[in-house]
Amino acid sequence: MNWILLLEQVLNGVQLGVLLFLLAAGLTLVFGIMDLVNLAHGSLYMVGAYFAATFTSWTGSFVLAIFLAVPATLLVGVVVEVICLRTLYQRNHLDQVLATFGLILFFNEAVRLVWGPAGLDVPLPDFLNSNFEILPGVPYPTYRVMIIATGIAVALGLYFLVAKTRIGMLIRAGATNREMVGALGVDIKLLYTLIFGLGAALAGLAGVMAGPIFTVETGMGEGILILAFVVIVIGGIGSVRGAFVAALIVGLIDTVGRSFLPDILGLVLSNQYADTAAPALSSMLIYLLMATILAFRPAGLFPPSNG
Amino acid sequence: MKRKVIGLVSALALMAAPAVAADKVKIGFVTTLTTGAGVFGKGMKQAVELAVEELGGKMGGVEVEVIFEDDGFKPEIGKQKAEKLVKKDKVNFLAGFIWSHVLLASYKTAVQNDVFLISSNAGPAPLAGKLCNPNFFSTSWQNDQTPMAMGEVLNQKGIKRLYIMAPNYAAGKNMVTGVERTYKGEIVGKDMTKFPAQLDFSAELAKARAAKPDAVFVFYPGKHGAQFFNQYSQAGLKDNIPLYSVFTVDAVTVNLLKDLAVGSLATMFWAPDLDVPANKKFVAAYRAKYGEYPTFYAAQSYDTVMLINSAVTAVNGDLSNRDGMRDAMRKANFDSVRGPFKYGNNHFPIQNFYLREAVKDADGNYTTSIRSVVLENHQDTYAKDCKMSW
Repeated sequence: MNWILLLEQVLNGVQLGVLLFLLAAGLTLVFGIMDLVNLAHGSLYMVGAYFAATFTSWTGSFVLAIFLAVPATLLVGVVVEVICLRTLYQRNHLDQVLATFGLILFFNEAVRLVWGPAGLDVPLPDFLNSNFEILPGVPYPTYRVMIIATGIAVALGLYFLVAKTRIGMLIRAGATNREMVGALGVDIKLLYTLIFGLGAALAGLAGVMAGPIFTVETGMGEGILILAFVVIVIGGIGSVRGAFVAALIVGLIDTVGRSFLPDILGLVLSNQYADTAAPALSSMLIYLLMATILAFRPAGLFPPSNG
Repeated sequence: MKRKVIGLVSALALMAAPAVAADKVKIGFVTTLTTGAGVFGKGMKQAVELAVEELGGKMGGVEVEVIFEDDGFKPEIGKQKAEKLVKKDKVNFLAGFIWSHVLLASYKTAVQNDVFLISSNAGPAPLAGKLCNPNFFSTSWQNDQTPMAMGEVLNQKGIKRLYIMAPNYAAGKNMVTGVERTYKGEIVGKDMTKFPAQLDFSAELAKARAAKPDAVFVFYPGKHGAQFFNQYSQAGLKDNIPLYSVFTVDAVTVNLLKDLAVGSLATMFWAPDLDVPANKKFVAAYRAKYGEYPTFYAAQSYDTVMLINSAVTAVNGDLSNRDGMRDAMRKANFDSVRGPFKYGNNHFPIQNFYLREAVKDADGNYTTSIRSVVLENHQDTYAKDCKMSW
């Protein structure tokens, strides 16, 4: 076993994990507290990435673009909530799926009209577009370290927000019993708009972070949205803590599996079969994990009643 | 009532009769015009339009109509578009196709309906071997050939330990097979990544570093290539392990990567500076019209139109003379941008492959330039599995 390689892969896994967490945190809040299935969450991620690309080319600074793109995505989220989703809270999940799927089509086409079909690149500043040695002789890309740091900072911030502040108290109360919170005089409409905006901002941040690694293009949110749903299902719907733990598990399993599965399979199969089976099997790993967890804990690892 | 029915039947019969003097040469061109790969389709479309313009909009005295369709980078959509072009638009030629999996999905629709199918890029192994067809031609290459040339280059450079990475789809597998066929050193590791979903190569790059190879060989077409080069550099591998590639550094990505790409080596059947009169004319006209270097996708698409022109001209615009057109195409009797070449029995070109390097030209533009001939008059290895002979 090559320990340095393992360490690197763990870092890569954590980096993918925190990216998924940023996306899943908003999704799980909206789903768990507002009881809204929002398929268009991936579109907000895409919009965030496009904003980042545009603001980077306008201002010439990626760092500045982060601070512009996240509020801009929040704004888009609030507008979508007020115009479109507010009317859907009383409807059943199927109506919500239909409406938010419509939003996906709308956003993809809108992005194509505004930014063109070709997709954009987000250039990184030199200090991020480099690497430094995490251990002697083991360089690691600076930008990925920044993603990990940002993700962990956001996780801590969310923990503080949910556990220690008044808004967090309302969010938790809303998750437990919506009607009662409303009856006690809390403006539940405003609270929902806030939560949705927060979710949108987090999705936007995930999009901004992903922009330089993945190409910014229409439909970029759909593939990763599926992973985000896997994360919230594993973590327990509505639980931010569950989303964090599940995102890290999914990130690690995916990365480490992709990396070591060919070698592991090579021990039991002939090389030729291992070469064919490994890529197929490694892309199934996280779904196998989800199925296993659902079989033993149908409500996920951290159901929100105790999360 | 009876008369009406007879009238209807005869009308139908008339419609079904083949038109002797065609009013138009219809070419359906399927490529990728949206998604991140849309830029390559755009280059192909521009090259086709340039070629048709140079021909004065006519082939053999008959007006030309090109219908472009977008496959959205998806085999199922490509197949739908191919069916629409063949059955609804009744095209005489179906051309284009960047992606091997899209071409394989659309292939039957064309050849079974007696429409000539001309691949302007994809060259999957089955179509060169067992599935070769009298109605199918290529103006590009068979997928394995370019990496086979690269294998030779790696041998010449004395690379003893090689690490391979490619996307896990039809063309990716062909590329790996190709390089393995000629490369004589040891392959110390190989990763087949999810395509087109996977754009983050961190896990694979970490493995490549740990394997301590003398060189890394990759095939990442389009935007994947740009991402790969970036991440290769970010991971600190660029200065330590030389990177060899096929179909990864082209006229589009070289402008995204700029100095990151300069000096990187690839093999190819063509480059913008290939010293052939037809190519000089094409590159100059393309640059004058669009203000950029043509990609190899564009060069192949230009040749596609010229090949079709040679066929239609040979039969004086009589599009019902399909055997005549096929015979004409088999002669490859046109000024190809790669210089004169012959078709193999499987309708794939027998042609040279060159080593080319990414460079900055005198005006500060990024482009690729030919260094040496690697394989001369090379025929793909699947031709022997093709039953067709002529």
